[in-house]
Amino acid sequence: MENNNLRNSLKNGPDENGNFGIFGGRFVAETLMPLILELQSEYKKAKNDKAYQAELSALNSTYTGRPSPLYFAERLTNELNGAKIYFKREELNHTGSHKINNCLGQILLAKRMGRTRIIAETGAGQHGVATATVCARFGLPCVIYMGATDVERQAPNVFRMKLLGAEVVPVSAGAGTLKDAMNEALRDWVTNVDDTYYLIGTAAGPHPYPAMVRDFQSIIGHELREQFLKVEGKLPDAIVACIGGGSNAIGIFHTFLDDNEVKLYGAEAGGYGLDVENGHAASMSGGKPGVLHGNRTYLLQNEDGQILEGHSISAGLDYPGVGPEHSFLKDSGRVNYVPITDKEALEAFQICTKLEGIIPALESAHGLAQVIKLAPTMDKEQTIVLNLSGRGDKDVETVGKHLGVEL
Amino acid sequence: MSENRIKKAFEKCKHENRAAFMPFVSAGYPDIKTSQAIMDGFPQAGADIIEVGMPFSDPMADGPIVEAAGHVALKNGQTLQKTLNMVASFRQKDSETPIILMGYYNPIYIFGVDNFLDEAKKAGVDGLIVVDLPSEEDGELCLPALKANIDFIRLTTPTTNDERLKTVLKNSSGFIYYVSITGITGSKITNYDKVEKAVKRIKSQTELPVCVGFGIKTADDAKAIGKHADGVVIASVLIKALGDSLENEKATKQSVNSVLEIVRSLAKGVRQAR
Ligand SMILES: Cc1ncc(COP(=O)(O)O)c(C=O)c1O
Repeated sequence: MENNNLRNSLKNGPDENGNFGIFGGRFVAETLMPLILELQSEYKKAKNDKAYQAELSALNSTYTGRPSPLYFAERLTNELNGAKIYFKREELNHTGSHKINNCLGQILLAKRMGRTRIIAETGAGQHGVATATVCARFGLPCVIYMGATDVERQAPNVFRMKLLGAEVVPVSAGAGTLKDAMNEALRDWVTNVDDTYYLIGTAAGPHPYPAMVRDFQSIIGHELREQFLKVEGKLPDAIVACIGGGSNAIGIFHTFLDDNEVKLYGAEAGGYGLDVENGHAASMSGGKPGVLHGNRTYLLQNEDGQILEGHSISAGLDYPGVGPEHSFLKDSGRVNYVPITDKEALEAFQICTKLEGIIPALESAHGLAQVIKLAPTMDKEQTIVLNLSGRGDKDVETVGKHLGVEL
Repeated sequence: MSENRIKKAFEKCKHENRAAFMPFVSAGYPDIKTSQAIMDGFPQAGADIIEVGMPFSDPMADGPIVEAAGHVALKNGQTLQKTLNMVASFRQKDSETPIILMGYYNPIYIFGVDNFLDEAKKAGVDGLIVVDLPSEEDGELCLPALKANIDFIRLTTPTTNDERLKTVLKNSSGFIYYVSITGITGSKITNYDKVEKAVKRIKSQTELPVCVGFGIKTADDAKAIGKHADGVVIASVLIKALGDSLENEKATKQSVNSVLEIVRSLAKGVRQAR
């Protein structure tokens, strides 16, 4: 019976080759294969190493400040007059987002593997800041690739990275966003295989990254289960998270995948709207399966298989792909992926700021917009949790621009 | 054509005691007509085997020169179908020189693997190099290609140790492409001896010809590498010369010849290597 349950579990992926159903895999140049295989085996060992786990756990509590609080958003709940709304407050983490959870896990792994140089890609700059932070903490040199467009729209984070000692390399290829930064980071890695560790910032890329990043982020969901049972005595009726590459979402969803009573929603970047060609970054709502950056997954692409640039007001969601486990969960029907437009996210950003005194990241504001749509359709006894993945200090300038305010 | 053109080309070179010379053309760069003329001119200029780049929006293993060329081609409307048409057009004029398509998997995946192999066979394609399909993903395209009698040429790199080499060689056919550096196209080879050693190491484990690419820029490079390798691939220098010949991204009278001239010179280098 129990075996049967396990076989039907949605939590079993990926298989030994990194596949979640048809998604995932290891679509990389041969130069990188030995590195990826080594990473896979080292990660497996670390996972079962008590000393490694203890070190990570100590850093999570004393450096990041975990567990992150579960907060009842009372005024927002009253305003929407529907389900009770809770925030899982990842924005209170050290460095201001969930990204640090993954960075600590991977930097300890890099150290174990004897790597002496760290590279990473970043969109919003949150992953770049978190990476630069752990590199400062462990005394490792660090190069961050960031699209030139993003360097401009997330200027405060660029300066933070530099203060932390990182070298920030602007990438002007393509639209100068996250996809281009990832291409450039991969090129660096292919060139500097001997000493370099590539610290990918989301649950995407070649196996074992999607599973590994998910594992590091799953602490969000595990804490939530415990916290929620304590305050509400049951599981939430719905959980909402925004989807860039999908790391904060899979982190909060994963432990609940087999709890079918918990509805799961992923908010993709709908940009100007799904009907605007190349005007959004909703790879699952508006793309189709393809192969990029080491994995098969839903991608925005044209009929010739060329990848589109996409658009989102939020640099962290402005990516034409998504982690492979989300593609799998979409096709399985377990998670409901919905597009949220720039405009809806901007409105949610302001509502949250005014009603709760919390400035959310524009990424998280996409999740919030979905909560705002959902809550009024639910009963007052029901509950929703939003993964408040990051704080919005970095976005103040961008939001000002959109509201016609020069700072 | 039941004869394997790739095999025949290497046999001919072996008979002449020299490495095969393999220039690269980026399909559709700067336009179809020019790249077709370059491709058509390669055999006369000394090419034994031709590599045709299928442009991709996100070429992870390519340096800025090859990437930019591909982007210009895409901007001008190049598609996988048009690249296949170029090969078919070449085949009407030349039934001997092998054609290898080189690129990334997604456009093929979207075209449909079976459909692609059918069309490639019909067009006269002899082999495929797909950068982001390592042995672990053989089921995707490698095995179907072998079944369709199209060679699947795999890259080995300085990171491919003996253990890994066994895996890489397993379903390889046509020849082995040794990437002379860890890095992207357009970088330069710095150590000939290291490359020679690597080529010998690979040759001790396979009957297939071993060719070297990435980082060969001058006739001297070609000569040095061609001493030990069974083939020498050049790409970035040709694309760079072509780029330099353009005016406002458009081909000029000199464009085709500026590429073929380098091909002639490097082909000569290869022929004088041993
Ligand atoms: C605050 C915040 N949330 C979400 C994301 C999106 O990434 P992911 O989907 O991996 O959580 C980012 C990425 O930069 C971010 O900074």
